[in-house]
Amino acid sequence: MNAGTPIVAAEALTKRFAESVAVDGLTFSVDRGEIFGLVGPDGAGKTTTMRMLAGVLPPDAGSIVVDSVDVVADPEGAKQHISYMPQRFGLYEDLTVDENIRFYADLFEVPSALREERATRLLAASGMSQFRARLAGQLSGGMKQKLGLTCALVHTPQVLLLDEPTTGVDPVSRRDFWRILYGLREEGVTILISTAYLDEAERCNRLALLYGGRVLYCDTPVALKRHMPGALIVITSSAGRDARAAIARLAGVSNVVLVGDGVHAVVDDSRLRIPELRQALEGVNVPFANIAVGEPSIEDVFMALLDDPEAPR
Amino acid sequence: MNAGQPAEPRIIAEDLVKRFGSFVAVDHVSFRVGRGEIFGFLGPNGAGKSTIIRILCGLLRPSAGRALVAGIDVARDAERVRERIGYMSQKFSLYRDLDVEENLKFFGGIYRVPRAELGERIRFAIDMAGLGGREHALVSNLAGGWQQRLALGCAVLHRPPILFLDEPTSGVEPASRRRFWDLIHALAADGVSVLVSTHYMDEAEYCHRAALINQGRLIAVGSPEELKNTALGGDLLLLECEMLGPTLAALQSAPGVLDCSVFGNSLHVLVGSAERSLRELPDYLAQRRLPPTRLVRIQPSLEDVFVQLIAVDSAKRRAA
Ligand SMILES: Nc1ncnc2c1ncn2[C@@H]1O[C@H](COP(=O)(O)OP(=O)(O)OP(=O)(O)O)[C@@H](O)[C@H]1O
Ligand SMILES: Nc1ncnc2c1ncn2[C@@H]1O[C@H](COP(=O)(O)OP(=O)(O)O)[C@@H](O)[C@H]1O
Ligand SMILES: [Mg+2]
Ligand SMILES: [Mg+2]
Repeated sequence: MNAGTPIVAAEALTKRFAESVAVDGLTFSVDRGEIFGLVGPDGAGKTTTMRMLAGVLPPDAGSIVVDSVDVVADPEGAKQHISYMPQRFGLYEDLTVDENIRFYADLFEVPSALREERATRLLAASGMSQFRARLAGQLSGGMKQKLGLTCALVHTPQVLLLDEPTTGVDPVSRRDFWRILYGLREEGVTILISTAYLDEAERCNRLALLYGGRVLYCDTPVALKRHMPGALIVITSSAGRDARAAIARLAGVSNVVLVGDGVHAVVDDSRLRIPELRQALEGVNVPFANIAVGEPSIEDVFMALLDDPEAPR
Repeated sequence: MNAGQPAEPRIIAEDLVKRFGSFVAVDHVSFRVGRGEIFGFLGPNGAGKSTIIRILCGLLRPSAGRALVAGIDVARDAERVRERIGYMSQKFSLYRDLDVEENLKFFGGIYRVPRAELGERIRFAIDMAGLGGREHALVSNLAGGWQQRLALGCAVLHRPPILFLDEPTSGVEPASRRRFWDLIHALAADGVSVLVSTHYMDEAEYCHRAALINQGRLIAVGSPEELKNTALGGDLLLLECEMLGPTLAALQSAPGVLDCSVFGNSLHVLVGSAERSLRELPDYLAQRRLPPTRLVRIQPSLEDVFVQLIAVDSAKRRAA
C-alpha cells in the first residue's frame, strides 16, 4: 500500500500438522505503524500464523521478515523486535500482579523507571490499580487477560503480535484497550492482532480474512465491505427467531442471521425482495418494527463471504 | 425494573455474600431463574459473575446467604446438586492431553451417563460442537474456539435440567456463536434453565432476562427490552460534530444533559427529555461555535445501557 519496505513480510508460509495443513501458502505484508487484523473462523490458522511470525514455531516452507530480520533463520534475533502475546498467556499464578509484571520486564530488560511508569499507566487503564498485590491465580478471568496484556505491553517493541488479546475482556475495558493500541500506533509501533470480536476488526487499518490457512481477502475494512455479495437487509424485530424462521428459505435470500435486536439477511435484489420479506413476515404474524437496506458491518460481510460459494477458496 | 419473578424457580439466590479476606466479591445478591428460562449475567471483569456461579454449583461456600438449585440447598448437599446441573467453567476444564472423544467419555463417566446411552450422547455432542472428523484430535492441538465448543458438549452430555455456562462463547467466531445460542434456545425450549455469562452485548439480547452486576452487586435486572427502555433513566441522543473533544466538554455542563460519552466518531448524550434537548442543544452548541452536524434521538443499545449504568454505579461507589 505505502511506499517503503513493509515491516512484516510473510511469503508463501506453510505449516502442516499430522492431520491437516494449518497454514497454506500464506502471503501478506504489514506497513510500519499499521494496525493489521487477522480474522477468520475457528481453526483458520490465525494462531499458527502468529506463532510462526513470533519465531516460536518454524514454518515448513516460506519466509518471514520482521524489521529486516529473517525470522526463520534467526528467531532469537527477531525476538528483540517483537512482543508476542499468545492466546493463552502464561502468567505465574503464585506470583502477584506486580511480580508478574516485574518478571516480564526483567525478561525484556525494560529499564526500571520506564517499567514503573508503563505498568502504572496500563494497570490504571484496565482498572486494576487496586489489585497489584493480589495473586494472579486469584484474579477473575478477564483480569488475568488484562494482566497478560500489561505484561506484553510493558516493553514496547517495533512489532506487537496480539493473539485474541481481548477475549473475555468486558466492553468498557475493550474500548480502553483500543485507546492504548491507538497510542502505541502513534508512537510508530506496528500491531498485528487477531480477534473474534468483529467490531474490533472495524478498527484495524487493514484486515486479512483467513480461511483454511489461506488469505481470502486482504484490504481495508471499507474496501472489504464492497465484496458483500448482495444487499444487506436489516429487520428490527422483538421476535428475531420467528422472523428468521419465516424468511430463511425464501428465494433470493441468503445468510439469514440473528443479530441482537432482529435479523440480518443478504438478498440479491433489495427492491424485489423487501416486499416479499414483508409479506412473508406478515403472513405468519411475526411482529417487526422496520425492514430496510442497511450498511453492512464487518461481521455481516464476514459471515456472507464465508458462506458464499463464489468466494475465492 | 423489578421484572416478574419466575413461576417455577429452579435457581434461587438469596442474599448471597462472598468474602475473600476483607475483600467483598459478592455483596448481597438475590435473584431467581425459572424453568426454561435463559438468564444472562453481564458485568465488568471482576464483578463477581464467576464467583456467584461457583457458589451455585456448590464449588464455593458463600460467606452468608442461601442458594437453592433444583430445590436443594447447595450448602447442605452439593453432591446432589451436581448431578442435576451442567457447568461450563470459564477456566479451561478439558484434559489437554486427551483427544476429543476421550474427553467426552471421561465426562460421561463423571456425570454417570448410562452406558447404553453414552455412544449416542457423544455423537450428539460432537455434532453439536461441529467436531465431526476431529474425534481423535488432541485437545491441546485444537483451535481455541473448538475447545470451547467441546467444553459445552461435555457440560450437556448428561442432559442436566439446569445449566451454568460461564462465558461459553469467549473467543468463538460469529457463526458458531450463533449456533451456540440456537442450541441454548433449543435446550431452554425443552425446559432447561440456563444461567449464562457473556461479554458480547448482542448475546445479552438473546436472554429472556439479564442481570447487570458491578463490584459484587446486582444493579439492574430485566428483559432486554426493559433494560433498554427504562434502565438509563433518560433519553439517548446521537450527536455528530466536527470537534469531538471540545463538544464533549461543552456538553458536560449543558442544561438537561445527564451524561455524555464517545461512541466511535460520534457522541451519545443522555438527556432528561429528548424533546427539550433536541430543541435547545443545537443553539447551545452553536453559541459556543460547536454546531452539531447531526442530532437525533436513538434507541439505546444494551451496550449503551451497560456502559452508562456501570459508570454511574462506579462513580457512586467512589463517592461513598
Ligand atoms: N480465591 C480468591 N481469592 C481472592 N480473591 C478472589 C478469589 N476468587 C475471586 N476473587 C476476586 O473476586 C472478584 C470477582 O471475581 P470473579 O471471577 O467472580 O469475576 P467475574 O465477574 O467472573 O469477572 P470476569 O468477567 O473477568 O470473568 C475479583 O476481584 C477476583 O479477583
Ligand atoms: N500443534 C498442533 N498440532 C496439530 N494440529 C494443530 C496444532 N496447532 C494447530 N493445529 C491445527 O491447525 C489448524 C489451525 O489452528 P489455529 O492456527 O489455532 O487456528 P485459529 O487460531 O485461526 O483458530 C487447526 O486445524 C488446528 O487444529
Ligand atoms: Mg487462535
Ligand atoms: Mg468470570
